[in-house]
Amino acid sequence: MEMLSLEQLKEKAKLVRRHIVEMTGAAASGHPGGSLSATEMLVALYFNLMQHNPQDPQWPDRDRLVLSKGHASPALYAALAESGYFDPGTLKDFRKLGSPLQGHPDRRRLPGVEASTGSLGQGLSIGIGMALARRLDQKDYYTYVITSDGEMNEGQTWEAAAMAAHHKVDHLIAFLDYNKFQLDDSTKNICDMEPVVEKWKSFRWDVQEIDGHDLKAILRAVEKAKKVKNAPAMIIAHTVKGKGVSFMENNNQFHGVAPTPEEVQKALKELE
Amino acid sequence: MEKKFGKATRDAYGETLIEVGKKDLNVVVLDADLSKSTKSYPFSQVFPERFFNVGIQEANLVGVAAGLASCGKIPFISSFASFLVSKGFDQFRMAVAFSELNVKVIGSHGGITVGEDGASQMSIEDIALMTSLPGFSVIVPCDEISARALVWETAKHVGPVYIRTGRPKAPVVHKPGTEFKIGKGVRLRDGKDITILANGFLVFEALEAAERLADTGIQAGVIDMHTVKPLDTALILEEAKKTGHILVAEEHQIWGGLGSAVATFLAGKHPCKMGFVAIQDTFAESGKAEELLEKYGLTFPAIVKTAKKILGR
Repeated sequence: MEMLSLEQLKEKAKLVRRHIVEMTGAAASGHPGGSLSATEMLVALYFNLMQHNPQDPQWPDRDRLVLSKGHASPALYAALAESGYFDPGTLKDFRKLGSPLQGHPDRRRLPGVEASTGSLGQGLSIGIGMALARRLDQKDYYTYVITSDGEMNEGQTWEAAAMAAHHKVDHLIAFLDYNKFQLDDSTKNICDMEPVVEKWKSFRWDVQEIDGHDLKAILRAVEKAKKVKNAPAMIIAHTVKGKGVSFMENNNQFHGVAPTPEEVQKALKELE
Repeated sequence: MEKKFGKATRDAYGETLIEVGKKDLNVVVLDADLSKSTKSYPFSQVFPERFFNVGIQEANLVGVAAGLASCGKIPFISSFASFLVSKGFDQFRMAVAFSELNVKVIGSHGGITVGEDGASQMSIEDIALMTSLPGFSVIVPCDEISARALVWETAKHVGPVYIRTGRPKAPVVHKPGTEFKIGKGVRLRDGKDITILANGFLVFEALEAAERLADTGIQAGVIDMHTVKPLDTALILEEAKKTGHILVAEEHQIWGGLGSAVATFLAGKHPCKMGFVAIQDTFAESGKAEELLEKYGLTFPAIVKTAKKILGR
């Protein structure tokens, strides 16, 4: 894949956001809020950081991405389509019967999807397995996992956190899409996981903290995380749920509710 | 019949695993801090670089195995059946079955023959849970000979497999060299009045029961139905047509085990008189394995009694 410049990445992010709004609008369901918060991470990965080949999705040496927060599937599908895995025209079939674009990612149906997710808390473990396979095969690829603040509630997250550090799993770079909301309310009001940075540090992960919408910061953090040896890396990305659409930002109503046709038009105007 | 004890099926698993690992370098083994009990430990001594002890964390164990399998590895993962299946179930559902990944799952200490450790360690529902997952093959070997062969078959099979192994030494049922295939029952005794389908420790009990029934003039056939899923429906249909009476015996909760699978199949294809020897919707307790089998009705006298009841004698 050709590596895009910062300016080009910004344009891609806008394009991905437009897809997210249109897809969820057309499906009249889906999770726009958490898709919009993860957009810059996915754009930086698919259009700059990752070694991958849309013409050969099973290329053994490719970098892997596990979207542990599977409900952000619109953002993943938009990034895959714009990368060339499939025709962006297919995006309109999101969540429709028979479509490979299932509500949550399904690796059997859609080339480019590395892991079937949607039951929260599982992605980090799957990523560890991929990173261990890399070590066994003496390959150079990286495994990326995008996890969420809500997922930190899950016990499996901490099983994985402890085990990855103990087994000195490197070439494993996780992002925490910290948009401060989960389905029912703010993370603060449901099950506050603070102090988050200290938690991951105490689990012996290499930890960085960035603005998750700053593409330059994402690129820089990943380059740094790639140099970490014998430990997994966590990039805590502070984000805004619904980012890029004024009436969706920090409005948790859009966690799992799609925009109406009028709201889609309003959002697309903002994303021109 | 003479009861000659061989190795426990978990020991047969552990020994075969090393051979499988020698042959296929993609085989990796993971355990959740019970490797000395599940018998994956010997593998870790021969192939330390291909063994991962994740600690006491079943959910992560299954997820890591799924990730390895997605990269072409063949993970064999083990823990006690009671913990692995229930604590790893969401991961088996999503990361393995739904994802169609080639993960081999070994639940040791299956059933109530765990013995003294008591009910918390006894898996009586693992078969119900694992057969409910699309794509999973589910196997319960009865002795070391079948366990060895079925571990090899499992390694060759592409797709997720669950094998239940047992803690105590298992009576030898099969002759060396017997051929085993996933999904194919093994006829151990021909009958014409009734057919007993059994797996695990109940296979020996079924053979013993068949001898006692013969003394009373009842000719009972015995099938080792080591694979619960995919079910050997052709063989079951053949037996149902031949004897017209089917008895299913297993060391499992009566809800959702081999008996349920056979009954569901026969109800649609060839309804016939049936009987079930299984755990009657209860948890067991501490005790010696043989005491527990007797108390919970999983021995040959229970099979004889049930057979006579079905036959109306």
